[in-house]
Amino acid sequence: MSYADSNAHHEEGSYFSGPPGMLAKIWQWMTTVDHKKIGVMYLFAIMFMFFIGGVAALAVRYELLDPVRTVQMMDASGEEMTIVTGERLAGLKDIMNARSANEVYNRMFTLHGAVMVFMFIVPSVPASLGNFFLPIMLGAKDVAFPRLNLLSWYIYVTGCLFGVLSILMGGVDTGWTFYTPYSTTTDADHWRVVLMILAAFILGFSSILTGMNFVVSVHKLRAPGMGWFDMPLFLWGVYATSIIQVLATPVIGITLLLLVFERLFHIGIFDPSMGGDPVLYQHFFWFYSHPVVYVMILPAMGIISELIAVHSRKHIFGYRAIAFSSLGIAGVSFLVWGHHIFTAMGELAAILFSGLTFLVAIPTAIKVFNWLATLYKGSIAINTPMLYALAFLFTFSIGGLTGLPLATLATDLHLHDTYYVVAHFHYVMMGGTVVAFMGGIHHWWPKMFGKMYNEKGGMLGCILVFVGFNITFFTQFFLGTQGMPRRYANYVDEFQTLHQISTYGSWIILLGFLVHLGVFIASLISGEKADQNPWGGLTLEWETESPPIEHNFHHEPVVTHGPYDFDKVVPPGWDPKDYPLPANPSSHS
Amino acid sequence: MQTTLDADTTPAPAHIANHPLHWRNRGYAHHFKSRDEDFDSSKFGMWLFLTTEVLLFAGIFCGYAVFRMLYPEAWSNGSHYLDWRFGAANTVVLLISSWTVASAVRCAQLNKQKWLQINLVITLLCAALFVFIKIQFEYIPKLGEGKAPGTFFSYAYAQNPYEVLWWSLYYMGTGIHALHVLIGASLLAWVLFRSWKYQAYGPTEYLMVENSALYWHLVDLVWIFLFPLLYLIH
Repeated sequence: MSYADSNAHHEEGSYFSGPPGMLAKIWQWMTTVDHKKIGVMYLFAIMFMFFIGGVAALAVRYELLDPVRTVQMMDASGEEMTIVTGERLAGLKDIMNARSANEVYNRMFTLHGAVMVFMFIVPSVPASLGNFFLPIMLGAKDVAFPRLNLLSWYIYVTGCLFGVLSILMGGVDTGWTFYTPYSTTTDADHWRVVLMILAAFILGFSSILTGMNFVVSVHKLRAPGMGWFDMPLFLWGVYATSIIQVLATPVIGITLLLLVFERLFHIGIFDPSMGGDPVLYQHFFWFYSHPVVYVMILPAMGIISELIAVHSRKHIFGYRAIAFSSLGIAGVSFLVWGHHIFTAMGELAAILFSGLTFLVAIPTAIKVFNWLATLYKGSIAINTPMLYALAFLFTFSIGGLTGLPLATLATDLHLHDTYYVVAHFHYVMMGGTVVAFMGGIHHWWPKMFGKMYNEKGGMLGCILVFVGFNITFFTQFFLGTQGMPRRYANYVDEFQTLHQISTYGSWIILLGFLVHLGVFIASLISGEKADQNPWGGLTLEWETESPPIEHNFHHEPVVTHGPYDFDKVVPPGWDPKDYPLPANPSSHS
Repeated sequence: MQTTLDADTTPAPAHIANHPLHWRNRGYAHHFKSRDEDFDSSKFGMWLFLTTEVLLFAGIFCGYAVFRMLYPEAWSNGSHYLDWRFGAANTVVLLISSWTVASAVRCAQLNKQKWLQINLVITLLCAALFVFIKIQFEYIPKLGEGKAPGTFFSYAYAQNPYEVLWWSLYYMGTGIHALHVLIGASLLAWVLFRSWKYQAYGPTEYLMVENSALYWHLVDLVWIFLFPLLYLIH
């Protein structure tokens, strides 16, 4: 950071026009405190982890193409022999130092869970799009603590390295939840479990620093004229998320620390043979890990608010309701962790947690209805961001509604730990967060990189992901209600058709993401230059160039209109002739 | 941010006064609009960070509560193995250090450079004394008798099988606290060094003194809870 000379004006290029020379450029990026560069670095690192987690997911689905069967048969010489069919991951046994093909499978689903949760989806939206756009949308030059921001990126990368190292050493088979006593005893002679736990521990610090940075930025760095209720709703989502990150992450920190000590020195706190309590671990773990699913979904909801308003060119319906429902979800999120362990607590506690869990549905439904009402009579543009927003409404609603039977004690007894839970979770996390994240990336791609992407290619990718996603996971609702337990490599023959359909779906998802990758690369290489404001958005990021200059704005912006006043304001960068305003703009609160 | 009327106005020696790190020569970070905004943001950030620290220790206190409820006898025995006089001595030491670190902030605001440094030195001495008492009179003798956590527990006269859990939580709680003492002392040592070398802190630039002091108060506060819960229960 430079001090005192800050107000000196100098010619500014786009934020990624660096010094000449490859090494100098790399050094500039590695030492930058510019939130935009850090956001882009986060985006690439996160997408790389998404790739690793995705490969593990494909491996899991591949193994499940057929059940494991031991078959007696004659070989060519007429001798009777026993072969095992359906162990599709058996080829990885030696590479991963596993004792059996089933252990390979156990490690694969653990890697999928741990990588996707800790290294991809928790940081996904806030650390990449949030870092890039939060200060710009506030009208600020940077986040409140730019150096801490860079530090959080390095901590994130260090955590990921620990995780990747653990994977390279063979991976872990504890499940991403590290439940004791299994996680403290399995692979006792090996460091890989400790490495994976430490990875999650380290990533927590990165999460806390990002959260602190955003909370302070939102409080202190809003542009003149921007009150709390003039903020874009994306910022409300990120703000609510950051509060959860700050308040919940330290608890997982101490939990994982105790877990590491339990494993290395057997301190006994989670070990029933010494009087410890493994359920205490589960309480600690979910006290963080339940709020953290709202860390994953709240910024995604923020993105959807932006996408739907901008691409239907309509004032968002119920601004304050959406803003407060974000805070409401953040508040309730701390009171529902018990629903992960209904069977491990008394009846009264279970009933209370069940009731509190139902509360989450209220603010969530408020948001969904407000988005639908926003679309009503809007001029809806059919493009990739809007398609993703519509896909979100569809899949997220299914994800949300299928959560209710899980919150109900009686039905949860049947559905607990089945594929129904897997399907529900993926409808919310992938059908919610990932879909919104992809929509957000397309929406802000022209701003981040200054290039347009191929709209047809983007829409094709979106449709493939949407169709593949539903094929993959809708089948799992049926599997779950029929009793297919999660985390099993084997199953009865009756389930095979559904499992096969699910696996084919996962290949369609892969195809969709490959199309997106191609579209992005093509855009970076030969994309058409993006205008300042290709969508006609009214938030502050559209008032600066694409890509933004190093200090974001030439002059400090002053906010004179709301972020969604599409019927009152000509979007920045647009010719008023192309944007006829209605004679009698409707009034909004 | 305030300066007071009775602030010390003695000018610093020339080679320090012209140093860019001297408090009069400090600006504020370029992305803030004013010095106040910079100061307020940083202090707000520090308070958020302290919140995370409280929640970190909450895990230990929660585990303590659960096992004290499950095994009251083991907890009662465990507490009686501790000598309350050492705990009380350390409480006094930390309370004194909190007073001196608060005075250090005040001295920075008043530009009393010498007293700023004296207060910081006393605080650091208190930190060292705390760690010394903890290790010399508590950890070493106890570990020598086998009153150790987890697998290292080998105390032959334990009257309750769950006393090992008491020791696990005792060492985790006081150990993490002691780690925080060391971190806080390092921060204050850094402040002392910059104060001594550049007179880096004064009426318009005392953020680092204040934030380190806030951290130190938190360390003190955690001990205020640990002391009775560990030493004074029956």
